[in-house]
Amino acid sequence: MSEHLLDVRDLRVSFDTYAGEVQAVRGVSFWLDPGETLSIVGESGCGKSVTVQTIMKLLPSPPSRIKSGSIHYQGRDITHLPDKAMDEYRGKEFSMIFQDSMTSLNPTMRVGRQLCEGIIRHQKATRAQAKQTAIELLGQVGLPNPEQAFRRYPHTMSGGQRQRVMIAMAIACNPKLLFADEPTTALDVTMQAQILDLMNGLKKKLGTSIILITHDLGVVAKMADRIAVMYAGKVVEYGDARQVFYNPCHPYTWGLLGAMPNLIQDVKSELYAIPGTPPDLYAPPQGCAFAARCPYAMGACLKGDPPKFVCSDGHISRCWLMDERAEEVMPPDGIPTLPRGGKQA
Amino acid sequence: MTENTCNMTQEDFARLPQDRSLADAIVRPSVSYWRDVLRRITSDKVAIFSFAVIALITLAAIIAPMFSTGYETTDLLHTNLPPSASHWFGTDSLGRDLWARVWMGARISLLIGLGGAIVPQIIGIFLGGLSGYFGGWVDMLIMRVIDVGVCIPSLVYVTLIMLWLDSGPAAIIIAIAITGWMDSARVVRGRMLQFKNREFVLAARTQGASPLRIIFRHILPNILGQQVVSITSAIPAAIFLEAYLSFIGLGIKSPMTSWGQLCQTGASFYRLYPYQLFIPGVFISVTILAFYLFGNCLRDALDPHLRD
Amino acid sequence: MKDPVLEVSNLKKYFTIGRGQVLKAVDGVSFSIQRGETLGLVGESGCGKTTVGRTLLRLYQPDGGTIRFDGQDVTKAGRSQSKVLTRKMQMVFQDPYASLNPFFTVGEIVSEGLEIHKLCASKREARERVYELLSMVGLSKEHANRFPHEFSGGQRQRVGIARALALDPEFIVCDEAISALDVSIQAQVVNMLMKFQEKLGLTYLFIAHDLSMVRHISDQTAVMYLGTMAEYGPTQEVYSHPAHPYTQGLLSAVPVADPDYERTHQRVPMEGEVTSPVNPKPGCRFCARCTRATDICRRESPALRDLGSGHQAACHNL
Repeated sequence: MSEHLLDVRDLRVSFDTYAGEVQAVRGVSFWLDPGETLSIVGESGCGKSVTVQTIMKLLPSPPSRIKSGSIHYQGRDITHLPDKAMDEYRGKEFSMIFQDSMTSLNPTMRVGRQLCEGIIRHQKATRAQAKQTAIELLGQVGLPNPEQAFRRYPHTMSGGQRQRVMIAMAIACNPKLLFADEPTTALDVTMQAQILDLMNGLKKKLGTSIILITHDLGVVAKMADRIAVMYAGKVVEYGDARQVFYNPCHPYTWGLLGAMPNLIQDVKSELYAIPGTPPDLYAPPQGCAFAARCPYAMGACLKGDPPKFVCSDGHISRCWLMDERAEEVMPPDGIPTLPRGGKQA
Repeated sequence: MTENTCNMTQEDFARLPQDRSLADAIVRPSVSYWRDVLRRITSDKVAIFSFAVIALITLAAIIAPMFSTGYETTDLLHTNLPPSASHWFGTDSLGRDLWARVWMGARISLLIGLGGAIVPQIIGIFLGGLSGYFGGWVDMLIMRVIDVGVCIPSLVYVTLIMLWLDSGPAAIIIAIAITGWMDSARVVRGRMLQFKNREFVLAARTQGASPLRIIFRHILPNILGQQVVSITSAIPAAIFLEAYLSFIGLGIKSPMTSWGQLCQTGASFYRLYPYQLFIPGVFISVTILAFYLFGNCLRDALDPHLRD
Repeated sequence: MKDPVLEVSNLKKYFTIGRGQVLKAVDGVSFSIQRGETLGLVGESGCGKTTVGRTLLRLYQPDGGTIRFDGQDVTKAGRSQSKVLTRKMQMVFQDPYASLNPFFTVGEIVSEGLEIHKLCASKREARERVYELLSMVGLSKEHANRFPHEFSGGQRQRVGIARALALDPEFIVCDEAISALDVSIQAQVVNMLMKFQEKLGLTYLFIAHDLSMVRHISDQTAVMYLGTMAEYGPTQEVYSHPAHPYTQGLLSAVPVADPDYERTHQRVPMEGEVTSPVNPKPGCRFCARCTRATDICRRESPALRDLGSGHQAACHNL
């Protein structure tokens, strides 16, 4: 077994609420190599943020609880690392960019000071050195006039500028792995394009791996080397970007691709919509969680949870349609047909 | 997983008929807001305990005076008796039964507590609501009145009103209301401004809802929870103010009685007959504490941020 | 055949934000919408598109210009006319969480308009109508007694649509109605809106920042920048031949769900950010970010110029 930078296997996370157990993550596996971008795609409530926050150990426990599975970082098991030991990793090895830059920055503190704090703590730099580094970083993330930006308060900046500051803070200690949870969802398109370009540039320059959480397939296409499509707490399709975009093997992925109009295709008369709503993970359905919304659902889908089928090398789909006994199906418009008879992983 | 696959037969791979009824199903049990609040209140031991204390005292205040000798009946042969089997709380300097007087006082004190908390709150909600919703000159007028009003120490109003209206429970409630509405009007105005531009209020406006409908049907229920909390915390304040006024001789006057008035009388002889001061004193403290604790629990239970 | 339902000309809405500062949210915007068609209004946050929608529905009083609905001046409507207009013009809001009163059941939310306008003779009739409206948006009877917090975002937005449809409107403003929803749910809602348009002959003003979705749903597209109209015309024209540099930059910034395209495609560079609409300087609002800005752009604000077949753009360099 080769050693990946991050290797997550069969991770299960539940929340204990008064109403009962909510199984937010129900068996997630993926891995990531240095310098790669993994995109976790899925709709709200599919467990993508919980997965990442579990790896970062940001979730309070209780109510959250890792039920099973393992998280290996550079070959070391960090699944049940205590909070204190995790501090060594956070900031230095891992760092995170959040969606809402306004609430992630301290409003009463100047941007520069917040930036310096991390640098001083992790790199044991002096105040002057830290300031020097901070100003360099602010320039690096494309803020015009970094010295002035150093002295500003978060609320005097625009959303895009704050997100740049967040990125500066995240890369301050040269982390090997950067988690970005919907980093551009709150931004306008032109700002989003700038921030994504910045992240891509920094990734090339610093060799950082990125785990990008998003629901926007356009952003995924721009950024990802590897894609994990999540639905109802499970990875339903996993593969590299070209495999997932040009040869999607799960009806949910078809739905996502078909639901989004794009600017280069012709206008369709009707969008391909997935009916209904994702299941409530308070009582996940038996069998495939997508079956209730899937136009291709079969008896098997209600009976048993689909295993992992290999579509092609490194491309995995959890769907009974991949079984050789299933009938051949026609995916919606503009999506290539499914390679059937895949072997189980 | 592998066993799973083997269990499947060829028939299992037949396409299912399209049934979309499940796709929009809601599986969680329906929980209304107030039921949720109730659940949280009843699972809080402090809330139950403090509520029980309040209920017990209120009940006793209603019932006890019916079954005891009159609180005004003097008996000069049995003055200043210590607590005993015939007089559970003893008697005062005029030989009046303190058990009867304490519960009669409880009636008055609780009445003033409730009235003094609710009346200013109603005025405040009404004026603050108007001020916040309509803005403009209405807002200007009400806010300027408040600005001036809060500059004058409340004791000045109270003294004037008590002198003018003759002391009695109604006068005390009016006195508290005249000073107390300003705070709640300010709070309600702020909340109103906050809700006025919420999308559901805009939606109601686009549906043609009248301002009164918007204030009373849409915004008030959203504010009410917080106002109920401030009422519960205003009750002890009103009880305390009554006690204070009676104690300095501005409040309830003998032979009518209240806990504050009892304390005042008791205080003059507390070296000789300490129970005459301490019994009503303990009642005031316990009641105020119970209301405060209950108010706190209620605030936690109503806080939407704490909803899980 | 031209049959404009809504004609807006030179609409202005300013907000005073103290100390003599004026936020010119909408500053002279004109457009018209034909019956049964959809106008897509796009732009970045702070461009005034939401203010336009809210002013149309008289949630704000305009500071200038006219709004004509079916030939009638909306801003000068009296009490009884107002009531009629309310029924004809409805709105679907952005935030499916904030736009439903948490203390109302879904049934009460949908029936509120019926109650206000006394559209149903009896309670029973109203209940039947609510069930009908809910089933139109794909929800069932059982949902009527539930509270909004028990629903998912998409379901709530459908409740919002049912509420708007309750009054049998002719015109609906969809104010970022799909922005807060998940991708698969967006498609559901958009399909639903288009189906209702066809069936009920509705006219839409579709306000959004998602350019691909606007292209999909609109017949006409208007691009706003800082309170002014940058470009306006038939959707096909605007998307295939964007004339205004802002439209060009905006269109090229939209990521496309196609890795090969994304990795080879060259963006039209547009740096910097939207400037503040508070006390704007004279001249073209876009000139601070425009690569083609000249002296005249800094002095005079450009008027909309006709480019043929109803396509207009406001730029000096055309």
